Amino acid sequence: MTAALSVRAATKSFGGLVAVNEVSFDVRQGELLGLIGPNGSGKTTMLNLISGALKPTRGEIALSGERISDLPAHRIAQKGVARTFQLVRVLPSLDAEGNVMAGAVFGHMRSWGAEAHKLARALLGRVGLAGKGHMPVDAMTYIDQKRVELARALAGNPRVLLLDEWLAGLNPTELKLGIALIDDLRREGRTIIMVEHVMDAIRSLCDRCVVMNSGRKIADGDVETVLGDPEVVAAYLGDADA
Amino acid sequence: MTPFTNDELKWLGAGAILFAVAALLPLVDQGFYLSLSVNIMLYAALCTAWALFSGPTHYVSLATAAFYGLGTYTVGLGIDAMPYPLLLAIAALIGAALAGLVGAATLRISGVYFVIFTFGLAELVRQLVTWTQTKFATAIGLYVFTDLFEQHIYWMLVALTAAVFLTAFLINRSRLGFAMQIIGNDETVARHVGIDTARSKIVLFMISGAFIAVAGAIMAPRYSYIEPPSAFNPMISFLVVIMALLGGTKRLWGPLVGVIPFTILMDQVSARFPNHTMIVIGLAFLAIVYLIPNGVTGLLEQARARWKARAARMGQEKAA
Ligand SMILES: Nc1ncnc2c1ncn2[C@@H]1O[C@H](COP(=O)(O)OP(=O)(O)O)[C@@H](O)[C@H]1O
Ligand SMILES: [Mg+2]
Repeated sequence: MTAALSVRAATKSFGGLVAVNEVSFDVRQGELLGLIGPNGSGKTTMLNLISGALKPTRGEIALSGERISDLPAHRIAQKGVARTFQLVRVLPSLDAEGNVMAGAVFGHMRSWGAEAHKLARALLGRVGLAGKGHMPVDAMTYIDQKRVELARALAGNPRVLLLDEWLAGLNPTELKLGIALIDDLRREGRTIIMVEHVMDAIRSLCDRCVVMNSGRKIADGDVETVLGDPEVVAAYLGDADA
Repeated sequence: MTPFTNDELKWLGAGAILFAVAALLPLVDQGFYLSLSVNIMLYAALCTAWALFSGPTHYVSLATAAFYGLGTYTVGLGIDAMPYPLLLAIAALIGAALAGLVGAATLRISGVYFVIFTFGLAELVRQLVTWTQTKFATAIGLYVFTDLFEQHIYWMLVALTAAVFLTAFLINRSRLGFAMQIIGNDETVARHVGIDTARSKIVLFMISGAFIAVAGAIMAPRYSYIEPPSAFNPMISFLVVIMALLGGTKRLWGPLVGVIPFTILMDQVSARFPNHTMIVIGLAFLAIVYLIPNGVTGLLEQARARWKARAARMGQEKAA
């Protein structure tokens, strides 16, 4: 079976800095893959390459065997890749429902009008924002904005969902809710790549982990094996933030 | 298309009545007020068409004179050979085509370059027309003789303005309008939810350019004698920006709030102090950009938001 997403020797340089260096991995259908590594190791850049925010300098990325790495971001979104951003990006002039609708109207699975409104309300309910559809998003708390962003990413029913530190910055109670929510998505069979630092979340959610360090992939396998890998331990110990 | 809501039907009805009333003006006066109203209606159409594109994208276009002049010249060149309504349609196509070319070439560059590029473009088109005329024709200008009078021009402008408003209204409630709203908020998000941002902007610029060219074509008979400095007058581009920004571009009717007082002001200034129009325009431009960047409608909306917030606070205090 072809992988839901496959990354082949993806490379991205910014001038002299190679942020992603010959990275290859596969994500199977319905798998939740953790993409981990110390700060600055190239995780966000990797997601940017997949979503089309950046073009790879070399290498190839394919969605169910179809090459997407030479498409513009909007075409990749239409093919079925949706994402959230490390620094949350909501649309301030729209209310919560409008923000979620943005993901429903132009993406992979499209709807419009009453149907899109209905979908947006249902998704807001799902991420725990039932009844807050008409709230202006800039009046929302950080976690609620993150929820809106997740609902927006889900609104096009994507084939692959990219989450960039979606759980970062949440307090312990919120974190529990957040983990339960992602677990719920996993159970419904979504294919997810999750960049994360929260170890509890990685242990309880991920089927498999890819570890990056200084732009390179240094480990790839099931969570416990990978986290026990001496090279991974060394990479994390070398990074004060981890 | 989604069905109209009651609110939308009310707006449509109110708009239709207002335009019908405006169309009655020539029955009341055929002199000063009609001529002033032609200018008001012209700038209402130009500014609303301009804001259709520049409002949501925040790209300031100074190419208005280019579209307008091409519309005027379409009529000037074709009036002896083709029926006038056909020329209006051709003007629309030429305007859309030029906007499409400019859009494809420039909408990927940043806003500042876009301003300069569109200004340069307007001048370039003007120079090209002048050069072609001196090279291949005997006279610099063109005569436009029609049996259209001031009131006919006025009625056509009313119809055009109504068409611009209706189009903008329909776009705003369409997927394209929604896409533009998202692009105006965050272009990165727009791309990542699947919006072809370049295409959306180009389509909107083309619609805007087509309307502006038609405005020029409608005005052609009023000039009688068309020459590049008047048809491609860069002043048109600047006035449109000033009036649209004065009114505010966030609402459909925003530009209108700037057009009416400013057209009257300019009319007074050019009648009484004909040598000082540039000073007034320059000062107005600075004042708007520094003092009311969101226009009069922006101010009104801020005031309304403050008032609402205060009312909400008072309500809470009462409840407590
Ligand atoms: N747009 C960019 N231009 C230049 N350098 C960048 C850019 N994006 C990321 N980088 C650099 O690439 C490296 C990897 O960054 P990033 O992918 O954000 O890491 P992570 O998400 O793992 O913390 C960092 O050194 C960062 O400074
Ligand atoms: Mg990152």
